[in-house]
Amino acid sequence: MTDAKRNKPVLLTMRDIRIDGRSDEQWSPIIKGVDLTLNKGEVLGLIGESGAGKSTLGLAAMGFTRDGCRISGGTIDFDGIDLMKADEATKRALRGKRIAYVAQSAAASFNPAHKLIDQYSEAPVQHGVMSRSEAEHDAVELYRRMQLPNPDEIGFRYPHQVSGGQLQRAMTAMAMACRPDLIIFDEPTTALDVTTQIEVLSAIRDIVAQFDTAAIYITHDLAVVAQMADKIKVLLRGDEVEEADTRTMLSSPKEDYTKTLWAVRSHARPTQPPVEKGTVPVVSVKAVTAGYGSVDILKNINFDIHKRRTVAVVGESGSGKSTAARVITGLLPPRQGQVLFDGVPLPPNYRQRNREQLRQAQMIYQMADTALNPKLRLRELIGRPAQMYLGLHGKALTERTRDLLHLIELEPDKFIDRLPSELSGGQKQRVGIARALAAEPKFIICDEVTSALDQLVAEGILKLLDRLQSEFDLAYMFITHDLATVRAIADEVVVMQQGRVVEQGPKDEMFEPPHDPYTELLLSSVPEMDPDWLTKLLEERAAKAG
Amino acid sequence: MATLVTLLWIAVAIAAALGAGWLFRAGAVAVTRGPLARALRGAPLTAAFGMLVILLYILVAIFAPVIAPFAEREVVGSQFLPWEAPYYLGTDNLGRDMFSRLVYGARNTVGIAFATTALAFAIGSVLGLLAATVGGWLDQVLSRVVDILMAIPSLIFSLLLLTIFGTSIVTLILVIATIDATRVFRLARSVAQNIVVMDYIEAAKLRGEGLWRLITREILPNAMAPLVAEFGLRFCFVFLMISALSFLGVGVQPPTADWGSMVRENATLITFGDVTPLLPAGAIALLTVAVNFVVDWMLHRASGLKE
Repeated sequence: MTDAKRNKPVLLTMRDIRIDGRSDEQWSPIIKGVDLTLNKGEVLGLIGESGAGKSTLGLAAMGFTRDGCRISGGTIDFDGIDLMKADEATKRALRGKRIAYVAQSAAASFNPAHKLIDQYSEAPVQHGVMSRSEAEHDAVELYRRMQLPNPDEIGFRYPHQVSGGQLQRAMTAMAMACRPDLIIFDEPTTALDVTTQIEVLSAIRDIVAQFDTAAIYITHDLAVVAQMADKIKVLLRGDEVEEADTRTMLSSPKEDYTKTLWAVRSHARPTQPPVEKGTVPVVSVKAVTAGYGSVDILKNINFDIHKRRTVAVVGESGSGKSTAARVITGLLPPRQGQVLFDGVPLPPNYRQRNREQLRQAQMIYQMADTALNPKLRLRELIGRPAQMYLGLHGKALTERTRDLLHLIELEPDKFIDRLPSELSGGQKQRVGIARALAAEPKFIICDEVTSALDQLVAEGILKLLDRLQSEFDLAYMFITHDLATVRAIADEVVVMQQGRVVEQGPKDEMFEPPHDPYTELLLSSVPEMDPDWLTKLLEERAAKAG
Repeated sequence: MATLVTLLWIAVAIAAALGAGWLFRAGAVAVTRGPLARALRGAPLTAAFGMLVILLYILVAIFAPVIAPFAEREVVGSQFLPWEAPYYLGTDNLGRDMFSRLVYGARNTVGIAFATTALAFAIGSVLGLLAATVGGWLDQVLSRVVDILMAIPSLIFSLLLLTIFGTSIVTLILVIATIDATRVFRLARSVAQNIVVMDYIEAAKLRGEGLWRLITREILPNAMAPLVAEFGLRFCFVFLMISALSFLGVGVQPPTADWGSMVRENATLITFGDVTPLLPAGAIALLTVAVNFVVDWMLHRASGLKE
C-alpha cells in the first residue's frame, strides 16, 4: 500500500518553511525551517507536544497562518500553484474546494444556528461544484459512508442535536463535500471518548481511502497516528526530529526524542498489599443517589477509598464520574445515601461543613486554565489555603509557599511572583496540585488532571502525584477516561456506566478477564501502537456481531 | 474657496492633534517603565491624544485659581465685550470674564461628573457583583428594582427627582449617581455571572472563602477590564447629563460656573453669529471625544487579552 503511494505524483511540497509568531512586540520563530512532501492519496501523521508547531505547520499547507503569525520564508507548492505568491482570491478558490480543514472541536466549529446540511452545502454551492439539491443528495450519500445513523435525516438537525462523535464525522463529511485533494485533520478525536474515537477513526480512514484523498493528520496520540498514517513526521519546538514510514518509525525510531515518546507509557504503579480488614476508609461513599432536577445521574453508588490508596473512577463522559466528585465535595447534596469521612458522616452541603472538614478533602481540576484565578500570583494562589487553614502569616507563609513550590519541582525564586498566564500547561497543573497540598489534606480528588496535557508532561504529573502520595499518606480519587492512566496510577478501579457502577475491584483483576461487557468494550477501545490494531479490532467486532 | 480653506484648517487641526498625541506618547514612554511603558508604546495616536487632553483638563481643574486671570464670580466689565485683552474670550451676559469662567467650569463640571461616576460605580458594581455571586432571591429583588428604575427615561426621572428634592450639588450627585448605578449594576452583574461559573470560584467556595473575599479577590480583578472601560463611557454620559440639566436650569446653580449653564446664559449671542457661547460646548465635546478615544483603546486591549 505504502509503496504504491510512494510512486504517485507529488501533491504538496513545502521547502524550508519558517513561521514567526508575534508576542511582546517582537517576532519569535514557531517553525524553524521544515520540509514536507506529500504524494496524492498519502496520509502524513504530524506528532509532537503542544507548542511543537503541528497546527501551525498544518495550516501553512493551506497558505494560511493564524492572526499574529507570518510565514517568513520557504516555498509552498500545491499541485503546481505557488501558495506563497498566490493572491487571496486564488487561495480562497482552493480552500474548501481542493484543500479542506477539520478542526479539533467540531462542536465549536459548526455554526449552531444552521442545520448540518445547510452548512454542508455551503462550500460546494459557493465554489460552483454542485447545485443546492445535488449537494443535499451528496451529503446524504457521504453521511451514509461515514456510517452516521439515519443518514437521510441527520443532516436536517442542528449541531446541538447530535453527539460529539457524530458531529466530528459530519465535519469530516463536510470537508469531503468538494472531493478535495488534501484534508488537514487537526486532532479530530482528541476531545472524544475512547469508544467514540474508534468509530470516528475508522470512518475517517475509510473515506480517505475511498476517495484517494491525501491527508495531514495532526495529533499528539502516537497510537492513533499509528492507525491512520502512511508516514510519520515528529516535530519538536518547531524543528523536524525525523520522518519515516509508520512501520519503520514504530519499530526502529532513530532519534532519542522519538524513543522517549515511544517509551512514555512505561510508568506503572507496583501492586500494593491488600488493605487490612477492619481499617476505616478515609472516604466512604454509601448508597448514594444524586442528580439534577428530576433526573438521577448517580444510582446507588458505593465505594471506599483508603489511606495511601488510589481509586480510579473510569467511564465515558456522561457516566456520572464527575457528579460523584461533586457529591463528595458537597457541591451536589445527594438525594439518598451519605458520604463518610474517617467513618464520620459529612454534612451533605459544603456550606454546612466546617473548615476542618473542608480542609481534609481537596480537589485538582481538569482544566488548570479555569481552575487558577488568572489575576492572582502563585504566592497568593498557593499561599491562600495555608493562610486560611493553618493560620500562617508573613515570613512563615512565604516559607511554606516556597516549600510547596519545591515539592512540585518549580524553582521558588523564579516562579513565586508569576501569574498563571506565564506558565505552561504542565506547570499550571502542578500549581493546582500545590494548592491542594497547601491545605495539608488527607484526601484529594483528581478530576481528569492529565487529559488536557501531552503524554510526556502527563507522565511527569502522574509521577509527582505518586511521590506525594507516599510522602504524605494521601488517598486519591482519580477520575479519568484514559485506561493507560489507570494502569499507571490506580490501586483499585471503579467502572461506571450511566450512573451505575458496573464493575469494581483491584487493578490487576480489572485488566484480567472475565470482564463485564462494558469494561471489555472500554479496554478493547484503547488504541495500541500496532499499526494493524484498528483493522484487527474492527474485524473482530464485525465477526462477533455477524 | 472658503470650503477649501475650512477643509485645510480641519486637516491641520487633526494633524496637530495627532502630532501632539505622538509627542505625548513619546514623553510618556520615556518617563514610565515596565508593563505600563510597553502598553503605552502600543497605544494608537488617538488614544495618546485623548490621554493628553484628559491630563490637560485635570491640570486646568486643579490649578484653576492660578490659570484664571479673574475670579469665578467677579463682574469685571460691561456685558458681552468682544475678544480683546485683558478679556481674551470676551465677557458674558453679566460682564464676567469668559476665559476665567471656562477654567473654573472645568473644576466644577469635571469634578462633579467624576464624583457622580465614582459613586455610581461604587453602588452599581458592589450590588451587581453581590447579585451575581449570591444569586437566588437577592438577585431577583435587585434586578427587578433596577428594571423598574431603568424603565423610566433618565432625563425625565432626574428632572422629577431634582424638582422634588430641590437643586443642590449634593442632591444632583446623588440623583444622577443612583440613576447611573442601575446601568453599572447590569454590566457588573452580567460580567460577574460569567466569572462565577469558573472552576477557580468553585475552588474558592469549597475552600470556605467568605463572600467579601470572594468578590474582592476572586471576581473583581477579573471583571476590572470591562468595568474600567465602562467607567470612561459612563463618565461622558454623566458629564453630558449634568450639562443638559444645567442648561435646563435644574443642575449646577448660578453663579457657579458650569459649562452647561454658560451655554444657556450666553445663548442670545448665537443670534448675532458669535461663537463665544459655543466655547463651553466645545470644551464638553473635546473632553467627551478624548475620553472615548482612551476607552476605545482600553476596550480593544481588554478584548485582545482574552483571545
